[in-house]
Amino acid sequence: MDNFFKQAWAGLRILLALTVILGVAYPAVVWGVSRVPGLHGNAEATGTTLVAVAREGDQYFVPRPSAATLPASGGSNKSEINEDYTKVVAERRTEIAQREGVSEDQVPQDAVTASASGMDPHISPAYAEIQIPRVVKGSGLSAERVKELVAAATEGTFTTTVNVTALNRAIDAA
Amino acid sequence: MSPLAAGLLQVGILIGALAVVYRPLGDYMARVFRVQEVEPRQKHSKVELAIYRFARIDPDAEQKWSTYAYGVLGFSFVGIVFLYLIQRIQSVLPFNFDRGNVPEGMSFNTAISFVTNTNWQSYVPEAVMGHTVQMIGLTVQNFVSAAVGLAVAVALIRGFVRHQTDRLGNFWVDLTRGTLRILLPLAFVFAIVLIALGVTMSLKSGVDVDGQTVANAPVASQEVIKELGTNGGGVLNANSAHPFENPNEWTNLIEIFLLLVIPVALTRTFGRMVGQTKQGYVLLGVMGTIWTAMLAVIWGAEASGLRPLEGKELRFDLAGSAIFANSTTGTSTGAVNSWHDSFTGLGGGGTLLNMLFGEMTPGGVGTGLYSILVMAIIAMFLAGLMVGRTPEYLGKKLGRREVTAAAVSILAMPTVVLIGAGIAAILPSTQGVLNNPGEHGLSEILYAYASASNNNGSAFGGITVTSDWFQSSLGLCMLFGRFIPIIAVLALAGSLAAQKKVPVTAGTLPTTGPLFATLLGASIVLVAALTFVPALALGPIAEALL
Repeated sequence: MDNFFKQAWAGLRILLALTVILGVAYPAVVWGVSRVPGLHGNAEATGTTLVAVAREGDQYFVPRPSAATLPASGGSNKSEINEDYTKVVAERRTEIAQREGVSEDQVPQDAVTASASGMDPHISPAYAEIQIPRVVKGSGLSAERVKELVAAATEGTFTTTVNVTALNRAIDAA
Repeated sequence: MSPLAAGLLQVGILIGALAVVYRPLGDYMARVFRVQEVEPRQKHSKVELAIYRFARIDPDAEQKWSTYAYGVLGFSFVGIVFLYLIQRIQSVLPFNFDRGNVPEGMSFNTAISFVTNTNWQSYVPEAVMGHTVQMIGLTVQNFVSAAVGLAVAVALIRGFVRHQTDRLGNFWVDLTRGTLRILLPLAFVFAIVLIALGVTMSLKSGVDVDGQTVANAPVASQEVIKELGTNGGGVLNANSAHPFENPNEWTNLIEIFLLLVIPVALTRTFGRMVGQTKQGYVLLGVMGTIWTAMLAVIWGAEASGLRPLEGKELRFDLAGSAIFANSTTGTSTGAVNSWHDSFTGLGGGGTLLNMLFGEMTPGGVGTGLYSILVMAIIAMFLAGLMVGRTPEYLGKKLGRREVTAAAVSILAMPTVVLIGAGIAAILPSTQGVLNNPGEHGLSEILYAYASASNNNGSAFGGITVTSDWFQSSLGLCMLFGRFIPIIAVLALAGSLAAQKKVPVTAGTLPTTGPLFATLLGASIVLVAALTFVPALALGPIAEALL
């Protein structure tokens, strides 16, 4: 036991020294570097399009369902064999089909499933597509203009997605 | 691009990047840890010397295995106490945003969780943890718990390399060098890369997004070491699914790369240190084969799911989610970019099975290497039984002491998983904390104990684990799952180092060929199958067959 306490005492001193380096200096320097102009410039995420929140009004595209309680993030953690949740998903499908005036089988997967973060900024091109007529009506913009804005908000290297936050801000500005 | 082609392309980029750094990083790590063996002796840096002086340590004095083990235990003990205390006094620390003192049970669980490299989170960071505890507490343990794993792995390698000595190196020197020469420089460089690609780094509590507040944090500095050290504790609740932690497809690939890179390159370090790089390649081959097979299972299962996008982020799609899930559970990371609880029976079962293999495909930083070396000893023992010869590995005889230590190390995890999950499953209160019914509910319990005992930290996150029972039992599982194997591995290293070298003869089974690789791979699968098939049959297997 003596050896244990002797080692623990050395350990405490090492821990304190490393805490200064790893817990104070390291994050402080990384924070400092994050302020360097031109590096990315948005370490604070002001005006970010990385996350989406649902916005009121027919002129906006609707993001994916969210199981998060803002400001925190999170998902539903519901499994496939959870029948209560299967009902929730079916209800979402019916609601969206009615809202967009399409048949239920035109409603894509991403429209009815909660994302992992609860603030997924993206929807699939298919989900954007079925929302266009409603947005055209709600915003007073032409169908061509809205399609242009959707195309401008389309991104992704391996997976093609539409950034809802960027898209809705573009509608605000149009 | 079809989803299949896009996914394969991502796998290709990932493997290509790992291949590029494999040799340089592996060789570099070998140099870092050959501190006492290379003549002329490598010098300690000024910062290192200052730390040794402050801690009153003689960096050139080597330790016996027992002293080395006391070092690991003593360091971890003070780490737990320190982390517990700063959570309990959070209300007086700066940057707490009125998040208050963390409750006792939660502080206990979290302190053990981060010191044991588990990073299981029973708390919602955005509501519970202020930035100060995240930085001076959690970030520090993200580094040093990984460095402890590295140190133990290196001590075991020295056990094979050295002959007729009772000295295994100096734990404090290995800890300090692993931290300052390997983890810190890589973390710093990649933190900047992640920031450049959009990861946030803010000392504020949140940011306004179209009229609503979304929590923010100093993400980048912790994100990078969370992956690199195979820790996995999210700065934010959604972990690497949160766009502030993992904003796009490229950061996703980089984060997967980071959580694999050290465990993979350590097989090279091992090969270099034992003087035969082939010995490392064969371990990597076994790790890679199982990783690939499990990726096919998980990805394939998700691609045929009923609602595969539930709990996944669209920008990662199924492939980016499956590669992450397979890598985070095949290492001891436990970070997630999708919720495994919402995976299919087979896909979620695959992530669970990765952990139940004992996390050696490729395993955590250091822990993966020492776990697979222990399994190699078991494999050679089994082979020895078949041919009726005393088994040898890397020029050392595997006698009673060695095989006993290996068996203790291997059996600790299944024992605590099955006891813990068994008790939890029959507690009447457990029914109320599950998020899903039937077989999947049992999987949630089994996953929690597998994750804690393997120091993984990912979860079937629907389960609510804030009761005293879960906080304390999972805390104990993390402790036993971490330190019983570590003590056994160090004892093993001590007994190997004390031996003479056994010359290679015609009767020696070569450990660089396909026969050994098959034996090793089969041992990994068999040990997991023999211990866990009954439990898996009631959970994920039953669900997959529904």
